[in-house]
Amino acid sequence: MKTLSKITKNIRSKNAGPFWVTVDLFFKDNNSFFYACENISNEKVSNILKIKKNQLKRFEIENLKVIKFSFPRKNIQGSRLDRDMHGASFAILFEQLLL
Amino acid sequence: MNKKTIKILVPAGALGMPFDKNALINGIKQKPDLIAIDGGSTDSGPYYLGSGKSKYSYSATKKDWSILMNMRSKAKVPLLIGTAGTCGTKSSVEWMLKITNEIAKENKEKLKIVTLKTDLSKEFLLKKFKSGKIKPLEGAPKINEDIINNCSNIVALAGAEQIQKAINSKADIIIAGRSTDTAIISALPIYHGLNVASAWHGAKIAECGALATNNPNSGVILLEFDKNGFTITPMCKKTKATPQTVFAHMLYENVDPYILLEPGGYLDVTNAKYIKHKQNSVRVEGSKWYNKKPYTLKIEGARLVGFQTISIVLIRDPKYIESIDKWIGKLKNSFYRKIKKSILVDVQLELRKIGKDATLGNLEPISINNNEVAVMAIFTANSQEKANDSAKLLNPDLLHLPLKKNEPMPTFSFPFSPPEIDKGPLFEFCFHHVIEIDNPKNIFNLEFHTT
Repeated sequence: MKTLSKITKNIRSKNAGPFWVTVDLFFKDNNSFFYACENISNEKVSNILKIKKNQLKRFEIENLKVIKFSFPRKNIQGSRLDRDMHGASFAILFEQLLL
Repeated sequence: MNKKTIKILVPAGALGMPFDKNALINGIKQKPDLIAIDGGSTDSGPYYLGSGKSKYSYSATKKDWSILMNMRSKAKVPLLIGTAGTCGTKSSVEWMLKITNEIAKENKEKLKIVTLKTDLSKEFLLKKFKSGKIKPLEGAPKINEDIINNCSNIVALAGAEQIQKAINSKADIIIAGRSTDTAIISALPIYHGLNVASAWHGAKIAECGALATNNPNSGVILLEFDKNGFTITPMCKKTKATPQTVFAHMLYENVDPYILLEPGGYLDVTNAKYIKHKQNSVRVEGSKWYNKKPYTLKIEGARLVGFQTISIVLIRDPKYIESIDKWIGKLKNSFYRKIKKSILVDVQLELRKIGKDATLGNLEPISINNNEVAVMAIFTANSQEKANDSAKLLNPDLLHLPLKKNEPMPTFSFPFSPPEIDKGPLFEFCFHHVIEIDNPKNIFNLEFHTT
């Protein structure tokens, strides 16, 4: 078992407007990218985010060796229960994802 | 007369972000038709739209803006700012106008300035709401008449049509309220009949300045638009745009890396080609634009939902760190017991454990006991006084609440006196919607000013 951070160059998460968060996984090489496409299931991702599977959008961008996930925020950006204005720390959940 | 190419100089991702001054001088030498910069967005949270204030200080904004105004005088082309003053409300447009007037006076410059305010009145919005002309975007919250009535500010995001009207006024400086990041760039090439899809695509690539290059902090980039596509060139000498850095910018802050919804239609970059051009530039062609009827503008609004006070206490005692959840449970019980049957009964308390799970909350997968934990108590009430009174009510417990009744009274560490800090109003974003507009060209009025 290895973590996703071992095969990525960079993982970033960011708010995409006040109602969505988007996470970009930049892979080291083609092998890592294709391996991840097969091994990171939408179930796995929706589990770490505690969202429903159908709330998750997934894009596999071969030219950039990137997998992108977008999902609606549970709490609107900056509302009383929001903890992370720019959605910055969702990236950490992905870095620690076990493959 | 229509031009065959349009050059737009983008000094930085937003006014207030860093840019390289030499790169800006290089950019001016390229003889741009327009200098365009973004002034904000919702990115920093609801406070700015709610209060109608800027994120950056008056003095810092004046310093950066005066550099751009000086460059404009040299280039003798219009200078345009969109979403002035972070949130782009009428108050922030006025704020930006004041700064501009002050600089012009200091420089003894005679300037023609036009302002475009994009605020929408509640009456207008309620009418649109009742006639079903406000449509939710994916992931939108539910709205009703009360929510519209409770907004402190509501703005529409201006599109190319409204920005074109402002540019056509032949002003030296254009200060626009809330605008899409892209419209301030796409407006001019579209007006000149150049490739519409490329105008929006280039604008999206350039909206964060040099973020689409290998040296984001250099800020300045030049976009050249024509009938078939666009070319992006960084103006800082050591900086490169590559097909990878340019394409990758489509990912940034976008839910979908291929589709961009804009006023009046949407951009599809699925089949775009990114080609290395000369040494540092990238040429892009092949994106598509689709008009959508009826014409829509996205709206943003923020409403006041309460006032907050926060208290922070530091816990260093390992016994308490081990049992932090239990301690927090006791704090909560004590608080809710105290406010029962008092005027503070509807105050909401949230306790976050800094050093434990304050960032991710129930998504935090790691459970480690650190050597210290800070407990941040957040009180939300319908007045500042009530929020502060609640914090004072919990003060003795934050300082001394024991885990067990029979243990010697513990004391925890307050980092400040008083430990309560009034945080002020709490605003909440309330729209992820578009409104249908009958006449896009006449939705907003321009105001003309001279210095």
